[in-house]
Amino acid sequence: MDLLLDAVVIGVLLGCFYAAVSLGLSVSFGLLDVPHVAHPAFLVLASYAVFFLNDQYGVDPLLAGLLITPVFFVFGLVAYRLYYEAFEKRGTDASVRGIAFFFGVAFIIEVLIILQFGVDQRSVTATYVGQAWRIGDIRIPFRLLVAFVVAAALTVLLTLYLSRTFMGRAIRAVAQDQEALRLMGANPIRIKQWAFGIATAVLGIAGALLIIVAPVEPTLGRTYIGRTFCVVVMAGLGSMTGTLVAAIILGVTETIVLTMFGASWAPAISFAMLLGILAVRPQGLFGRRS
Amino acid sequence: MKLNGILFWIGALLFLAAALLMTQVIGNQYPFFAGYVILQFIVLAVAWSILGGYAGYVNFGTSAFFGMGVYASVFLVKAFGAPLAVQIATAAAIGALMGFALGLLTLRMQGIFFSIATIALTIIIETAVTNWRYVGGAAGIQIQRPEVTEPFENYVQMLFFVQALLVVLAVAISRYIHNSWIGRGLQALKDDELAAECTGVPTLRLKLLACVISGALMCAAGAPAAMYLQYADPSSAFNLTYSVSTLAMSLIGGTAHWMGPVVGAVLLSATQQLLTVTISSEVNVLILGVMLVLFVVGAPEGIIGLIRRVRGSRNKGEA
Repeated sequence: MDLLLDAVVIGVLLGCFYAAVSLGLSVSFGLLDVPHVAHPAFLVLASYAVFFLNDQYGVDPLLAGLLITPVFFVFGLVAYRLYYEAFEKRGTDASVRGIAFFFGVAFIIEVLIILQFGVDQRSVTATYVGQAWRIGDIRIPFRLLVAFVVAAALTVLLTLYLSRTFMGRAIRAVAQDQEALRLMGANPIRIKQWAFGIATAVLGIAGALLIIVAPVEPTLGRTYIGRTFCVVVMAGLGSMTGTLVAAIILGVTETIVLTMFGASWAPAISFAMLLGILAVRPQGLFGRRS
Repeated sequence: MKLNGILFWIGALLFLAAALLMTQVIGNQYPFFAGYVILQFIVLAVAWSILGGYAGYVNFGTSAFFGMGVYASVFLVKAFGAPLAVQIATAAAIGALMGFALGLLTLRMQGIFFSIATIALTIIIETAVTNWRYVGGAAGIQIQRPEVTEPFENYVQMLFFVQALLVVLAVAISRYIHNSWIGRGLQALKDDELAAECTGVPTLRLKLLACVISGALMCAAGAPAAMYLQYADPSSAFNLTYSVSTLAMSLIGGTAHWMGPVVGAVLLSATQQLLTVTISSEVNVLILGVMLVLFVVGAPEGIIGLIRRVRGSRNKGEA
């Protein structure tokens, strides 16, 4: 029983962390319909940027995550422009080649990381990495707690941004009806580009969390394809609160299965859940589409 | 059309005869080691484009089929000491079954969802094999090659010829599909699935057929790899690099014609063989990725499309 309680507590914390790494995809794939298979590769890239700043200049990982956020924002703007000019604008057959495009980009990033940093695992140093906090019998690692707090803050901020600000509402409008927006005299492509920028910028901080929670390696992105897409699809494309709930469900399931069957089954869990959801309830738990 | 067919089969026979002659004349082993990999990728790329090219369903699960083929062989050899032909036939049967399951997925998923589902399948199968102790688990397993049969002197030479046979089989099937009503039906459902269904194209049956054929060929291509490497482990047998390579070769070659994947696979895997020897395997994947992105953005019809465009403009010039 203690073991189960332990698993649930850790699972909830882990789930919030999964929400943080999936938020970007929830915007780019969920709201904008961009087949962004390279999202986890961008995430790992952010982790390595944080590692570089931490290792070379001793910058705190969270601060490093904040520092790279503007860079990733610009990166996102450029990436969407490229995708739009090459695929969305030309129309027909765009989705097939778009998927292949992002798949290629993901592999390019992976190889570039290997060439620059090697295949070894990398981790960051900070006072809160490695310590733990005890409540009764439950041991909570600080690194998970930090990830939990930051992830929760990030989710709330992004939800507020999308529902309260003018630009945020515009982003949700463009997701619902691009044509209507064009008729209102707004430029849907500009708005989508901005949204993709935001989605990529969030990855700066998410990448910092990724390397705080556990050491990273160049091919880690492949595992996170399952986790991030599982969360976003389960949430029902584009729902922020849904993302948080779905991520917690994934986190708890993963920890429970791991305690019961062992770590060697870990990579399959999120993919199996993803497959199950796609087969049974493709619109997700909080889906807006029928 | 008839003449074309005769020419194709003469070409295929010449190709097989050349491959057989090579094994009898050349003493050096390296050409067979390198050639085997090139042939293997031709089969994979041709098989991929039956589903990915004709029907437009982007399959990231090439590694799942390939790895399944490898492990089907590993299991058969370990359990029964089965001969190579049995390994390949069984792998093809398993691949066909997996393809059927994949085809059922296309009922509910299209576009990106289908692609993600194929990655999911790959990782799930890989994890299952990793946890299967009998075939070595995560650590992998060594395999002994049996005695080689006549007229071959060396096992790799025999594998080379077997893979050449698979190439002819795969290309012949792909060519048949391309030229028959099946290909036209797949083309129709690629353009607009709903419209195709409404005009009487049996979309589900066609998709299932494409998945089954594609899967069987991919699995069969993977089966001899266990004997080729004399070793198998889950993380390399199911490596997603197979998926991205196959995808890149098909798209770079061009999927509009059955020749496309063949051209793409020959060009890219030959380049890769050179690069692996001269530089490193990482740079290899990098170049593959860059080529894929460049072609997808700049020349969506692939090399075949480029050739057609050049020809088209030349014809216009003459007229």
